[in-house]
Amino acid sequence: MSKVLMKGNEAFGEAAIRAGCNCYFGYPITPQNEIPEYMSHELPKAGGKFLQAESELAAVSMAYGAAASGGRAFISTSSPGLSLMQEGLGFICSAEVPLVALNVSRGGPGVGGIQPGQADYIQVTRGGYNGDAKIPVFAPAGIQECVDLIYEAFEIADKYRNPVLIFADGMMGQMMEPVELPEKREIVPAEKISELKPWAITGKDNHPGRNVIYSLRMEPNVLEEHVEHLFEKYAEAERELVRYKTQGLEDAEIVFVAFGTMSRLCAEAIELLEEQGIKAGMIRPISLWPFPKKAFDEIGPKTKLVISTELSMGQMIDDIRLAVMNRWPVGLINRTGGIVPSSLEIVERAKKLLEGVK
Amino acid sequence: MQYGPRKIAVTGHFGSGKTEFAVSLAFALARLGAAEERLALCDLDIENPYFRSREQGAALEEAGIRCYSDPFGGRNGSELQTISAAVRAPLEDEGCRVIVDCGGDNSGAMVLRQFQKYFTLGEYQLLCVVNQNRPGTDTPEKAVAHLRAIEQASGLEVTGLVSNSHLIRYTTAETVTEGWEFAKQVETLSGVPALCACCMESIAPQLKNADFDVFPIGMYMRDTYLDKQV
Repeated sequence: MSKVLMKGNEAFGEAAIRAGCNCYFGYPITPQNEIPEYMSHELPKAGGKFLQAESELAAVSMAYGAAASGGRAFISTSSPGLSLMQEGLGFICSAEVPLVALNVSRGGPGVGGIQPGQADYIQVTRGGYNGDAKIPVFAPAGIQECVDLIYEAFEIADKYRNPVLIFADGMMGQMMEPVELPEKREIVPAEKISELKPWAITGKDNHPGRNVIYSLRMEPNVLEEHVEHLFEKYAEAERELVRYKTQGLEDAEIVFVAFGTMSRLCAEAIELLEEQGIKAGMIRPISLWPFPKKAFDEIGPKTKLVISTELSMGQMIDDIRLAVMNRWPVGLINRTGGIVPSSLEIVERAKKLLEGVK
Repeated sequence: MQYGPRKIAVTGHFGSGKTEFAVSLAFALARLGAAEERLALCDLDIENPYFRSREQGAALEEAGIRCYSDPFGGRNGSELQTISAAVRAPLEDEGCRVIVDCGGDNSGAMVLRQFQKYFTLGEYQLLCVVNQNRPGTDTPEKAVAHLRAIEQASGLEVTGLVSNSHLIRYTTAETVTEGWEFAKQVETLSGVPALCACCMESIAPQLKNADFDVFPIGMYMRDTYLDKQV
């Protein structure tokens, strides 16, 4: 199949459509505005429904309702918008309804700024919702990978009957890249939903009994049993959904850990360091939850330092420390506020950190 | 008039590569010493929050190109849909060669309408950048529809086509040649002449025998790390 040149946000919308998404709910927020714009004119052509909600709270709740009735729902937003969606995401986890959410993140806290950021790491991996719930989170490094992950996320969400979150950043939403789009999956016709999703609310006609979707369980033992059931699913997700890539770990003195846009910068920094005679490698977590702890067991004997590189004040670094278990010192190279460092800055700071541990 | 009219406005479909072309054109004119006295680039993009030519403001100024954009000089990182009143200065200054970089589509070109009085037919170039690898302009018919919509929104006649069919790092000499053939089809359908084909500087030597004008463009707007494979 041939490649087409697409802006990230357009490609993300198209990926959802091709995955068979039949309902999108959104509210404008930069830097993901091209997604609702794209969905508004393309999703109806594909036989789906686009609805601009009055807020992010409304968008996630509409998606909850549409997915509860068997729709293949997709929502997208950017950092402060995701904060507003947290309540809904928790409800959807408890109600066991599949949903795909995309965060094209920007700088924070608060309204922050519109330039790229990764300071939602804790928000997406720990959740801002209440209660014991987990959401699988995937962080693509480029547009093609994001397209492929969105396409697959709908299947994962259906399998686990849980939201799945894609964590891209503003740079990926706004940049252009040639992409190969996946095959279009057909939208499931209404009369087929109860067969594929027997739990869905599709009307009394097809059911001997009645489906009820809810997140309220007043009896403590019933609620505990429900949460334990959710955690059986999460345990399976932890076994099945770990994704990562590594580069040059065997003989690396420095191991960068980076996801998303930062991983591309690290790839360039690794080349520059090599020119200066310093071997560096990289662990690139693709799944942020479950975090790829086992990747750290592949680190070779020459490594003196593991460096978390982040577009935040250092949030993934806690997961890295848990994975490293004191085997290597852990450093941090970061910028925040929407600033993306140059690969040269990463090189200089990495050399300084390396000096410190030698 | 060796370098054509003093005012050159750049329009095109969203994502066609207008900004990279406009910035490259400004640097090329500066290198050639094409400006009689002064050279300016007006970034009138009110569509995009990222990848606007004002991001190259410091490098442009260093090359002797005055950069005009929003009232904050492009420094506050916002996406306010405002344009500095100072944009009129280079348009009125007879001694200044000026490149106007518009936002994408007709919605981006609409900005030109308020400056219509500065554009008298025959005294300006209004270029439309064409990229057949963009889904919205992948047939000559769609490309012409965009061109007409841009004319309607701006109130100005498009005077030339710039072929910029590319696939970033996947671009080959063949991509550029096919893009030129596409631009010629757009020319036939629209009556607007295709002027040149852009290509990355690295590909230009392979096209030295091409039977069309090749305009090598830099990658000023795209940091190298964005094309690293991970």
